[in-house]
Amino acid sequence: MADLSRREMLKRVVVAGAAAALPAARPAAVVQAPPASFETLTAAEGATLQAVVARLIPTDERGPGALEAGAATYIDRGLAGPLAGSREAYRAGLAALDRYAQAARGARFAALDAAGQDALLGAVEANAAPEFGPGAAGFFNLVLTHTIQGTFSDPAHGGNVDFIGWRMLGYPGVRTVVTHDLQRIDRMPPERQVSAYDFPAFSAARERRTRGR
Amino acid sequence: MAVELPKRDVVVVGLGAVGGVAVLPLAEAGMDVVGLEAGGWLRARDHAPDELFNNYRGWPESVQKANREIPVHRRSASSPDSPRGALHPMMNAVGGTSLHYWAQSWRLNPWDFHVVSETARRYGASRLPVGTTVEDWPFGLDELEDHYDRVEHAIGVSGQAGNVGGAIDERGNIFEGTRRRPYPMPPLRWTGFIEQMAEAARGLGWHPFPGPAAVNSVRYQNRAACAYHGFCDRGGCHLDAKNSTAVSTIPRAQETGRLQVVTEAHVRRVEVDGEGRATGVSYLKGGEEYFQPADVVLLASYTYENVRLMLLSKSPAYPNGLSNNGGQVGRHYMTHATGAGVLALFPHRLNRWYGLPAQGVAIDDWAADNFDHADLDFIGGGNLWVYSDRRPIAAARMPTFGRAPRWGSAWKAFVADNADCWTNCYLQKSTLPYEDNYLDLHPTVTDPLGDPVCRITADFKDNERRIATFVQDRMVEWFRAAGAVEIIRQGLGTMGPSTHAYGGTRMGDDAETNVVDRWGFSHEVPNLGILGASVMGTSGSHNPTLTAQALGWRSAAHLVENWSSIAG
Repeated sequence: MADLSRREMLKRVVVAGAAAALPAARPAAVVQAPPASFETLTAAEGATLQAVVARLIPTDERGPGALEAGAATYIDRGLAGPLAGSREAYRAGLAALDRYAQAARGARFAALDAAGQDALLGAVEANAAPEFGPGAAGFFNLVLTHTIQGTFSDPAHGGNVDFIGWRMLGYPGVRTVVTHDLQRIDRMPPERQVSAYDFPAFSAARERRTRGR
Repeated sequence: MAVELPKRDVVVVGLGAVGGVAVLPLAEAGMDVVGLEAGGWLRARDHAPDELFNNYRGWPESVQKANREIPVHRRSASSPDSPRGALHPMMNAVGGTSLHYWAQSWRLNPWDFHVVSETARRYGASRLPVGTTVEDWPFGLDELEDHYDRVEHAIGVSGQAGNVGGAIDERGNIFEGTRRRPYPMPPLRWTGFIEQMAEAARGLGWHPFPGPAAVNSVRYQNRAACAYHGFCDRGGCHLDAKNSTAVSTIPRAQETGRLQVVTEAHVRRVEVDGEGRATGVSYLKGGEEYFQPADVVLLASYTYENVRLMLLSKSPAYPNGLSNNGGQVGRHYMTHATGAGVLALFPHRLNRWYGLPAQGVAIDDWAADNFDHADLDFIGGGNLWVYSDRRPIAAARMPTFGRAPRWGSAWKAFVADNADCWTNCYLQKSTLPYEDNYLDLHPTVTDPLGDPVCRITADFKDNERRIATFVQDRMVEWFRAAGAVEIIRQGLGTMGPSTHAYGGTRMGDDAETNVVDRWGFSHEVPNLGILGASVMGTSGSHNPTLTAQALGWRSAAHLVENWSSIAG
């Protein structure tokens, strides 16, 4: 096993057969960015945040990214609940990012092209953006952490729309029963995407678990 | 004014992994027991497979007393406080952290009980590290075997025995001490990747085996078998197949009619009379103050809270804290050295998306004194553990092994290609107690009631660092043998709040250097028992829970057999 080449191993990796029982997996939908309406953020903050998440996990030839996955929606909703402690950090950080974009490039962050946005984000990540002010790297890490949570968490939390994040990873989906056959190394489980809260056992907990503090 | 409740035989503070076990022999013996638990009941329906909730939200729907009193760590008495975490490693609920733990249920190795005498015998006493306060336990594994056995059957443990009655079975851990009978259930099954790792270990001449787990591999006590779907790391089990005390020993104790469970009870002090005997405990519930009198008080609130409650419970008889006239409360603190991990990237998918942290392959060849230390510069060792557990957020946060940046299209492509091609491992290494590693009360940081939180002053020493490097080398060797193409060695870190915290109320015959006697009862307060890993004098190199549970059962059985002399 240890000396199998990558090509040989890939040949052995075939997706296994029939999908299991309820609930029915949701079909893949046509992917598009969710409408920009926000519960917590202002419209301007929301637009800037949308632009940031779109660069952290971009839409590209490999498929849709954090924008289509609704990572900004996840963050916006979270700031009214479990992420409320970060509301001020977002207010200050998004404003600082726009100030920085204006100073460095003469336009709001969302109005820059992708290369310009990436350059600014790289400077913020490296704490090398004096116009941003203090805490640049901390803000970058906060947004990256929440963007990953929003893209790859259960869709009940507001992100991972159409399982974009889980499909990106090749995650075969939440199951409540996993047989030995689904834990082989030479054969991957068939993909079937559902929310944990689509299972009848947990549906009653959906609201409490996903909106509560 | 506190409401004084009717007196009970025994009050148990904390109904977690250990208190939740100890109530069973007490209730079955007919004692009138009240258990005070800071959290509430969580049921199967509360355990949705939801990574964000389990791993990032800190279980907010259970009463999070623990999260309001997170210990503060510093590396030494002259170091500043380390940054404080946002979540306590343990949780409050009936069943405590046995609800969301990994459920690995190990016995200690025989050596762990006799570190001082065995080191002196085999290598000379000079090989004990400078500054260590380690003592031999007051008894050996053989004396705890009966209680290990009782707990394994009471809660339900799956595993492959390696030594029944002295007969070695290579399918199990050939280094384990003698057990009287096999585990009550066969081991959890292996995955394709685990088989691959086991094969590589055999190729190195090592002895791989499935680790023991308090998870049902088959139906047990009318509870379901594990469905291997995952989300068990900080997640409860919706099938009750993980054998928390909330589904095993606590309900059985309740069925006797002798256990009253009080939830959302925040215990603040242990009260004593003028002669220094414990009279009961004071607690808050729903904003009301209560006093629960009892003949015997058992503290089972985890290492940090056991120590904190004792140091907070000052009285004329114990001006420096309960049972602390000898100045031993808080000393001999240890956490497992579980840092210095190894991450490995393979050139193929591992299919590690399902399973549980307790579904894996163990190596004990490099643990305890299972290998010759004559030419090494340390004593002790570590257990190597590779398991099947991957969740999407954690997968997306994978290390990029120097092959990609942290974000952007290149990151996205790397993660899309490799999210299922990497693994971590779990390396538990022996830690010894030292003179300058201890717990006390923080001088300024308090909980919302104004009670100081626990302060940890501790760091790993040379012996632990050398073990860490040695065990990390073995793990790298193992991953390479299994075909890994990239390796990351993680740092050891320090000794902040941990799920594997030991000491502070150490057990031993010498009252000058220990808080409790060989039965877990205070040397100073005759009707105070202390349960949990806080009584352990060495960490061993395996998860603490089963040992803490066996010790708790042993203390409870001792109380039953010696009721009149202890209760007075």
